[in-house]
Amino acid sequence: MGNLKLLGLKKSPWVFHLAAAACNNCDIEILDILTPRWDVERFGIVLVGSPRHADALLVTGVINRKTLPRVLRVYEQTPKPCLVIAVGSCACHPHIFESSYNVVGPYDKHIPVDVYIPGCPPKPEAIIMGVVKALKRL
Amino acid sequence: MRRVVPIGPYHPLQEEPEFFKLIVEGEKVVDLEINIGYNHRGHEYISPTLTWDQVPFLVERICGICSDSHPYAYVLAVEDCAHIEPPPRAKYIRTIIGELERIHSHYLWLGLAGHFIGYNTVWMWVWRYREPLLDLFELIMGNRNHYAINKIGGARRDIKPEDYPKIEKYLDMLEKKNAMFTKAILDDPVIRARLEGVGILKKEDAIAYAVTGPTARGSGYAIDVRKDDPYDAYDKVDWDIVVGKDGDVLAKAVVRLLECDESIKIVRQCLKNMPDGPIETRVDGIPPGEGIGHHEAPRGEVFHYVRSDGSNMPVRHKVRAPSFMNIASNVVAVKGYSIADATLVLAAVDPCYCCTERTMVAYEDGKEKYTGKDLLQLSWKKTERLRERYRK
Repeated sequence: MGNLKLLGLKKSPWVFHLAAAACNNCDIEILDILTPRWDVERFGIVLVGSPRHADALLVTGVINRKTLPRVLRVYEQTPKPCLVIAVGSCACHPHIFESSYNVVGPYDKHIPVDVYIPGCPPKPEAIIMGVVKALKRL
Repeated sequence: MRRVVPIGPYHPLQEEPEFFKLIVEGEKVVDLEINIGYNHRGHEYISPTLTWDQVPFLVERICGICSDSHPYAYVLAVEDCAHIEPPPRAKYIRTIIGELERIHSHYLWLGLAGHFIGYNTVWMWVWRYREPLLDLFELIMGNRNHYAINKIGGARRDIKPEDYPKIEKYLDMLEKKNAMFTKAILDDPVIRARLEGVGILKKEDAIAYAVTGPTARGSGYAIDVRKDDPYDAYDKVDWDIVVGKDGDVLAKAVVRLLECDESIKIVRQCLKNMPDGPIETRVDGIPPGEGIGHHEAPRGEVFHYVRSDGSNMPVRHKVRAPSFMNIASNVVAVKGYSIADATLVLAAVDPCYCCTERTMVAYEDGKEKYTGKDLLQLSWKKTERLRERYRK
């Protein structure tokens, strides 16, 4: 059953965009890949409004104490198997925010992450490449 | 009968996590509660652990949309503290980048506003013309966002003379497109019907809530740091404050569009009068003292305060972002409109939650005024109060 879903996922992944405590920049670049220059909707990649409809989570930003329970809840709501794609340096590692009292670490400490896309913010090409690599692994 | 419509923290409306509680009677919004803090990362805490020159990279990451404004205000604050005068060329470069960023930010808002009213054509269209600007940023500074142009005592990168024609070419294109967008928005009956007379923020309310930026100017309150307290090259160029009249969402949209025209004017003049010379001065430490700096970000006045004890790190760094005041004005702007309009009204101030989220500790007679326990007590009391209110 899992394999069947993964096969379907390859064709037209629906993504839910989850910003923990991001600076908005990766989020804007994610929106950017939907606009005419990159237009990923050609490949069937659509941003959906609810994690329950999503095949993949695009996660951005560091996780702080207030967003951690919400992030876990959104992850639980996403139908499995799902892809988790960490967009941006903050999602891969807290880096500059590591010494903060409110930051509870990167995503992979709390939920399984499939693909890491570093960059502050990653260029839209890099985000598309990350998604393609994630799909190729299936 | 009062009901609560929760929006957030993760919802398809806005990019960042934030939580709104719309209290409605039927379709009508009668009250609004705003709960933020999902984006708090503790910048003011991290800042004193970094050196003076590292802090611009940190404050840049407060917000990704106005990522020039925070370092700009910070370097102005440090230069105020250390009495550093950057060379004229650096001042012009900073002004140009500040204004180009305003265009990119206003276009971003306009596109999202189109998205919020279900007019995705506007979104795709506007962002198409925002894209070449990001290419320009990459050309000048090496990154599409987070460009780190500001440096204490100057600018980090020079704009090469061979790049001037590329900027000019973009501005020529943008001027035509901006006129087209202004006309499209004013002429389109559907957009007008959705934006006109919605989310009115009266001038008195704008003053009472101390809103800044296009939110204040849309309500007819002519306040602009670039004019009121000019810094860098803003007093050497000729431009006007754009002021709206009605305070509705249409007025705010028009103010932003016309402001892009003014920005084009400023950049053109700066490019024309750009002086030659070095782009940075030598900085030999920051003497003890304190300094303030403010910059007119695309959303309003951003204010930074730094205190130095003569070491290589700031002792205290305080940030006040424009959205902090603007978001509070939503409470009056959204009252009396339908839930369908609330989407747009809440986004009309161009909110930026990651800018806003600061915490503070109040001291009284050398003791913390509220400890964690006290805050918990306060929170419980508020729940009780609200329970009473909704029981009615």
